[in-house]
Amino acid sequence: MLEPITYKTTDEVDFAIIGSGAAGGVLAKELSTNGFRVVVLEQGPYLTEADFTHNEVEVLKRNQLTNRPEIQPTTFRKTPQDKAKRQRALVYGRMVGGSSVHFTANYWRFHEIDFIERSKVGPVPGANLADWPITYADLEPYYTKVEWEIGVSGLAGASPFDPPRSKPYPMPPLPVKSGGVIFERAARKLGWHPFPAPMAILSHPRPGRGACVQCGFCESFGCEVGAKSSTLATVIRMAEKTGRCEIRPNCYVHRIETNANGRVIGAAYFDKKRISHLQMAKAVVVCANGAETPRLLLLSANKQFPDGLANSSGLVGKYLMLNSGPSAMAVFEHPLNDYKGVAVSRILHDFYELDPRKVGFCGGGGLDARFDLTPINFASTGYDMGGLPPGTPRWGKEFKAALAHNYTRSLEIVSHGTSLPVESNSFSLDPDLKEAWGLPALRMTYKDHPDDLKLGAFLRDRILELLDATDAVQKWASPVEEQDFAYHLLGTCRMGNDPKSSVINADHRTHDVKNLFLCDGSSLVTSGRGQPTLTISALAYRAADRITELARKGEI
Amino acid sequence: MNESVSRRRFLSRGVTGISAVWASAHWPALLAAATHAHQAAKSAPPPKFEFFTADEAKEIDAITSRIIPTDDTPGAHEAGVVYFIDRGLTTFGVDDQKTYREGLPELQARMAEMFQGKSKFSELSPEQQDEVLHSFDDSGQQGQRQRGGLRSRPGAKNFFETVRQHTIAGFLIDPDYGGNRDAAGWKVIGREREHMFQPPFGYYDKGYPGWEVAVKEATKEAEKK
Repeated sequence: MLEPITYKTTDEVDFAIIGSGAAGGVLAKELSTNGFRVVVLEQGPYLTEADFTHNEVEVLKRNQLTNRPEIQPTTFRKTPQDKAKRQRALVYGRMVGGSSVHFTANYWRFHEIDFIERSKVGPVPGANLADWPITYADLEPYYTKVEWEIGVSGLAGASPFDPPRSKPYPMPPLPVKSGGVIFERAARKLGWHPFPAPMAILSHPRPGRGACVQCGFCESFGCEVGAKSSTLATVIRMAEKTGRCEIRPNCYVHRIETNANGRVIGAAYFDKKRISHLQMAKAVVVCANGAETPRLLLLSANKQFPDGLANSSGLVGKYLMLNSGPSAMAVFEHPLNDYKGVAVSRILHDFYELDPRKVGFCGGGGLDARFDLTPINFASTGYDMGGLPPGTPRWGKEFKAALAHNYTRSLEIVSHGTSLPVESNSFSLDPDLKEAWGLPALRMTYKDHPDDLKLGAFLRDRILELLDATDAVQKWASPVEEQDFAYHLLGTCRMGNDPKSSVINADHRTHDVKNLFLCDGSSLVTSGRGQPTLTISALAYRAADRITELARKGEI
Repeated sequence: MNESVSRRRFLSRGVTGISAVWASAHWPALLAAATHAHQAAKSAPPPKFEFFTADEAKEIDAITSRIIPTDDTPGAHEAGVVYFIDRGLTTFGVDDQKTYREGLPELQARMAEMFQGKSKFSELSPEQQDEVLHSFDDSGQQGQRQRGGLRSRPGAKNFFETVRQHTIAGFLIDPDYGGNRDAAGWKVIGREREHMFQPPFGYYDKGYPGWEVAVKEATKEAEKK
């Protein structure tokens, strides 16, 4: 094995990749394997399995693994007419491996409809629904590649709604939980089609990585045994082994520099001591997520690119999609102990593709049976995700009794659905608020499209219908309401063939700057139905193939 | 600083000294060692206070004991929540020091107005204590729950709300991290003190016949109809 290499900032590497998450990690591995010299600039720290804990206070309350509101404040408003107020608006993984380290690891492929929905359903008033310049068939080989290379557990053919696949999953599904069994039985009673959840978590060990130990701390936490198939646990290690890829943590890229010819020359970043450096590179690939990628392009405005880099369309940061979906909790007579094991063991896709003429809205979604409430979260509204029924006293004898009774007996059914692309939904630079480095803070503008709320009501009704088919003693649903907080950061530098209506082309190259590529959630043209990470990684594998071909032909 | 924290340090030193690959391959053994260490530390003497005076600690202990009272099962007192908060105020909760420094005298002042001649919360009867706390708890019942696990609400700045949140954290946090002494809180909610589990997990998956059989049974059922 080769020692990981280090480059000087004055070394003009072939590619500087900004961000090391679900896309950046994959591109680092693919491009360095293909012989290119690569530096990955990651704003967060380089943590490993030994650093990960079950410490809810550090991880959830103190944002050990995520963006930090005290130094990276954000603002929010519903529409461009409103003045944005300072509030925490989004969360993303801030470490080597990015959000793939702390995500729940639900690993759904997009279906064929997600790429061609505009052609199928026609225009939707108030949204700018568009077809992708690529189809499911174009991406299928890369979906398969991700599943096999990083390790995904699942059962091919178990869902009649699954799109075609060239290979089964590399390993069987993870064990079903009590919540999964309840979900499966109820769904079958209703004539629906539940199936084992595909998860980016190992059911069998792989070299250097343990199989899942069912500890139950997946969502929001890093996996201590390397069973969660983050880019950290998988491709980033492969990239380092090539001897051509340096992962450089604690580097906050704040500007992409260009020359008089309008070409990118490198990426300027602050190190841990807030000293600025310029890493020279022949080309830059931005994989900083659907919020930070557009922000970086906007921060990189200069005389030649007054509206921000690669923004001749004016669409950088626009068409933000979050995915949406209400949920419900239910309490059962006997203990489920669903705190054990991965968050989700059964899902269904019966409502993935709905007919807008029948339901009266455009969109679709899936349901899952989950328990992702760690103990403090379960008990607390202060951490914003309590598991107790509305009306339960917040302290005292009854509070304790409810905790004692419900914790092991609760199940959550969560829906995941479409967000339609609306131009005014966006990430932009806040004109007033600055972050700790003195640069404009992220401003989020978001108001759910009316169809998204109709879909939410539809999915909530399906959840309650499902729970009616169980022996639940008690159940309650979350309200269907407009969102003001983002987990999935999608669509903000959308892909397309027309430079007027998109930011990147099908090769992930920006229409305006020849040696600048973007690949992450921002590339998505539609939101899918709620689980975007596999698609982001598949796009990255495909982008690496395209970029490699262009580089070898001397076309970058 | 209590025993479990130093154990944690010991364990993490043990892991970082060797390769991550070795650690993950031997994880079950490491977990077993951690579990053993927990058992061994049970008889440790209570730590000293770092932030609170003895008098303050008694007051805070009394407040936490109303938030999660002791009945036929352990409460905040038995879980050593006051020690968790004390340590927290010199580490992760430094920003909350002012809330405690200013909030406790304010609570005692209100208490003295409500119950003449009393100056210490810990000397009131449980009913009187609840009455005082209710007067601080204007947010009342738990509101509608929202989805999303990572947001912390900015509003919860007042003293009682801060103590309430800290008490819940100190009662339910993984005992590795300075609270939930002897996993008392987890015993109350029925969470087993293990780091790895195996199916069957609960009542409803015990009799699950496996995916293929479940599919066959469902098909037969559908044909009958």
